[in-house]
Amino acid sequence: MTAVVTGARAAVWAALGTVRDPELDEPLTDLGFVARCEVSDAGHAVVRLRLPTYFCAPNFAFLMVADAYDAVAGVPGLTGLDIRLDDHFASDVINRGVAARQGFVASFEGEAADELDTLRYDFVRKAVLAGTDRVCRSLGRDPASLTLGDVPPSADLDRLRARRRELGLPAEDGDPLLLDPATGTTPADAKRYLAFARLTRTSMEANSGVCRGMLRARYALTSEEEGTG
Amino acid sequence: MYEKDGEKYFVVDAHTHFWDASPENWVEGQEEYAKGWIECFHAYQGLGPKETHWPIDRFQKYSEELMMHDLFEVGHVDKAIFQPTNLRQWYKAGFNTTENDGALAEKHPDKFLVNTTFDPREGDAGMKAFSERVKRYNCKGVKLYTAEWRGGSRGWSLKDPAAARYLEKCEELGVTNVHIHKGPTIWPLDKDAFDVSDVDQVATSFQGLNFIVEHVGLPRIEDFCFMATQERNVYAGLAVVVGGLMHARPKFFAKVMGELMFWLGEDKLIFGADYAIWEPKWQVEGFVDWNMPADDELSDFPPLTVDQKKKILGLNAARLYDIDVPEELKLADPKNVEPVGVPNS
Repeated sequence: MTAVVTGARAAVWAALGTVRDPELDEPLTDLGFVARCEVSDAGHAVVRLRLPTYFCAPNFAFLMVADAYDAVAGVPGLTGLDIRLDDHFASDVINRGVAARQGFVASFEGEAADELDTLRYDFVRKAVLAGTDRVCRSLGRDPASLTLGDVPPSADLDRLRARRRELGLPAEDGDPLLLDPATGTTPADAKRYLAFARLTRTSMEANSGVCRGMLRARYALTSEEEGTG
Repeated sequence: MYEKDGEKYFVVDAHTHFWDASPENWVEGQEEYAKGWIECFHAYQGLGPKETHWPIDRFQKYSEELMMHDLFEVGHVDKAIFQPTNLRQWYKAGFNTTENDGALAEKHPDKFLVNTTFDPREGDAGMKAFSERVKRYNCKGVKLYTAEWRGGSRGWSLKDPAAARYLEKCEELGVTNVHIHKGPTIWPLDKDAFDVSDVDQVATSFQGLNFIVEHVGLPRIEDFCFMATQERNVYAGLAVVVGGLMHARPKFFAKVMGELMFWLGEDKLIFGADYAIWEPKWQVEGFVDWNMPADDELSDFPPLTVDQKKKILGLNAARLYDIDVPEELKLADPKNVEPVGVPNS
């Protein structure tokens, strides 16, 4: 029986909190995807991840496990690290690939043509759109001519800036609030852009709702999630 | 037929199944996948009201009597459309095949329409068998599951040249309704398997066919809606939207319905209960009772009218499948309505 070292466990948990589901743009710890997180007296970390279904898309699953590995590996003082995804059709392939620090193509030999960077950036672009709706919806005025600095500070605004920076897009106070994440330019038709931003947010949030509901049904969880539905 | 507050609704359940996922039907060596598949479906059922949840053994294999009861005796369904999913790699006799569905349909005349399926990886032999099934069961539609495993293959794309040959055959045989169900795997695995750009391409190429994207492209509703604004022959299958969101996530259900009405409009939305994941009764009753809540975040979306609900619950599918609707259940003034949308700039 190993005791849980509270400080180290909190550090590992915090590291896992920086890892997002790339498709939903939410932290694994909020989504309930961390089934187990322990650190022994000797500093050995054990993390078990779980997903809403046995058949969740293997590419996103791989990204999450690999990102979780990188994040926890950066926690100082750990002597060992055992991170695994449970209950997924590709668990073995993903766990082996991540532990061996192989990329996606090598892990799924013959089944993948490329690494997952393109996929990841596609979804950060969606996160920028969804985040723009979140920020604009509460403004109460036409956002078309505003800059980021015109918007009152909020967690949503910080998150939007962070996603824009990930894409190498400008995110300072003087930069335009509306920006097409694919081209980096100001959208020509603000109304259409905002309608699509709203739609993107609806889609991502509806997916998140389905995923959370499926996870609860799969693992018979009873805890009520945050009030997003 | 469902009647509420003096209004009568003709109900077409455009997405139903008669499956066998019992352990006796699992292929040796593939048990994990067969079990994983049905357990995944079962978890979806968890999104419906608690009193409609089934134990797993009944969910794996249910009787003909139960299905007839749930759909036609208490479920308000006038006509149901079978959407097969073969999965023969995991289930010995298939999961939910045209043949099984067809046998049930023949025992209960005028209750069902039988759709079949094709897999472009089956080549010429598959083409011949497909044509025979269409004639045998008088199919007016196909259900395509692009993420179906076959040997080492993890799926296929509508863009594949082999798929085009089958779609040409659909046009020739009068199989005009192509239902598309996206799944999590497709080659190559680094691509987004839920991407709907292949539907966009074939919808442009095959103007004589209707493309009904099941579960509205979930989890890519935004890409689906955007694509559907450009293609007049693309429709939204509401399976999963009503069953998976209306009860479990009412606010997102309202948002998604609002978006679908905004981008696609009332003539393009097709109700399907997705039995036996969800029973039709609570979905039909709940949808008729539902309306857009008063909420700032939903202020872009108007409430639904009774006529719009009648179209969505049955009249739209009746139009696509040429189903006779009793005179008293038709709309007084049926006209097609363009979505609000946002015009292309």
